[in-house]
Amino acid sequence: MADLKKIREQFPILQQKVNGADLIYFDNGATTQKPLRVIENISHFYKTTNANIHRGVHTLSRLATEQFEAARKTVAQHFNIQNDQQIIFTAGTTDAINIVAEGFAKKYLEAGDEIVLSSYEHHSNILPWQLWAEQNGGKIKPIPLLENQSLDYEAFQKLVTSKTKLIAITHVSNTLGLITDLERIKIVAAKYNIPILVDGAQSVPHMSVDLQKLDVDFYTCSAHKIYGPTGVGILYMSEKWLKELPQSRSGGGTIKTVTFEKTEYMEGALRFEPGTPNISGVIAFAEAIKFVDEIGMQTIFDHEQSLVQHAQNQLMQIPEVEVYGQDDHKAGVISFNVKGQHPFDVGTLLDKYGIAVRTGHHCTQPLMQCLNIQGTVRISFAIYNTKEEIDFFIEKLKKVIGILN
Amino acid sequence: MSIPEIENEIIEEFEFFGEDWESKYEHLIDLGKSLPMIAADLKTDDRIIQGCQSRVWLNAEQTDGRIVFTADSDAIITKGMVALMIRVLSGQKPEDIVKANMEFVDKIGLKEHLSPTRANGLVSMINQMKREALKRI
Repeated sequence: MADLKKIREQFPILQQKVNGADLIYFDNGATTQKPLRVIENISHFYKTTNANIHRGVHTLSRLATEQFEAARKTVAQHFNIQNDQQIIFTAGTTDAINIVAEGFAKKYLEAGDEIVLSSYEHHSNILPWQLWAEQNGGKIKPIPLLENQSLDYEAFQKLVTSKTKLIAITHVSNTLGLITDLERIKIVAAKYNIPILVDGAQSVPHMSVDLQKLDVDFYTCSAHKIYGPTGVGILYMSEKWLKELPQSRSGGGTIKTVTFEKTEYMEGALRFEPGTPNISGVIAFAEAIKFVDEIGMQTIFDHEQSLVQHAQNQLMQIPEVEVYGQDDHKAGVISFNVKGQHPFDVGTLLDKYGIAVRTGHHCTQPLMQCLNIQGTVRISFAIYNTKEEIDFFIEKLKKVIGILN
Repeated sequence: MSIPEIENEIIEEFEFFGEDWESKYEHLIDLGKSLPMIAADLKTDDRIIQGCQSRVWLNAEQTDGRIVFTADSDAIITKGMVALMIRVLSGQKPEDIVKANMEFVDKIGLKEHLSPTRANGLVSMINQMKREALKRI
């Protein structure tokens, strides 16, 4: 078992105080903190190797290109993908989903078509599809939730028809921490041969994801949620879509030859990476992947599970607290409310104790409507969080409840 | 009382708590209980202040050349802040409301509540109060 204390010490930001109290950072669902090696990787790049990639003949450009493409290999290996061209670097999960939506709509969607997604979906995996539907006479159909907020897989089966052209689904709910059973989704999708796009923003940080075994059409995630920098994400595509997804964006770096009559685009990942990418970000992302691989995703998962169990047990013992999503196996995220209190009040007071949580609708307004609430207080964990932090949080939460009542 | 006079009163009140933020917030929450309540039938969508995590409703009326505000919020800290704003600005002349700089919020150590984040409807609310005043100058 990795030495958690040593891991935590690698994060300089956690050593500071906020409002006179030690920082307890429970907002990892929004973004994670970075280990020193990732921070130094970025400045080292700019100090020694910075040059534009894929374009130059000089030494620095060659070195930078090698590091960039090595990063692609590192990320591909992390997800157990042999062909690293199936890993496309984007600006993030939202960017990746938009790239698919734009391209897919050009050839594979028409008026009257339907897209199925979940009721607990993040706005980034709703809005691009909703935009297409509004502008093109299509329809989006949300999968309803059961009483315990898990997906109603039976209802899902009935939702899918021959007009369903894509299933867009999150692997883990960023608000509830619930894990979608992708195998059940795949069985239904296979009946009509419907492609699946999985939003992996909140799964990738918390568990091992084997994209080869998972074998979905598209999978997206963001670097900054897994100890990497902001401004970088990946879009994984199956071999089929790598060839067939229509070009929706273009620019320098995507082409073989250009004339005013016709342009021949490259094959592989570069077709989807126009312009100068976030070079230092991508390379630092690979450093973050190496960081988690050294610890092991199973270790991270197990540690966060113990935190979730501990926190959930404590929360459920406070009579004024209501926890959402009844499931023991949440992926590092718990949403709750203090009965009769607005989450904004709870979050504001917790912050005074140095405890960083997130409050509000968490970009899942449809889910809030399902739950019939305005918002929740969300705590989300990472490898550096501890049981002691949770105990302190519970103690202060009780105080906060006292102040508010 | 004039706006500066009310602000000084508030500053003195909060000075009493010093660094004890828990008591300061308890006081703020208490103040919220004395917020001049907006009438239930006036809690319409067009009176909601945009840009807040919590919902804030604001109504403005003119009586005898002065503006009278009533409001409500579904978050109690916000309610307290709103109560402070109304204590300072309600019942004043429109020109004075428009000119008010609200610096007292910083002096009582609650400046964070006026920060330009998305969760902040208070800035929007103060702007809305000033707009209501401007309309009636």
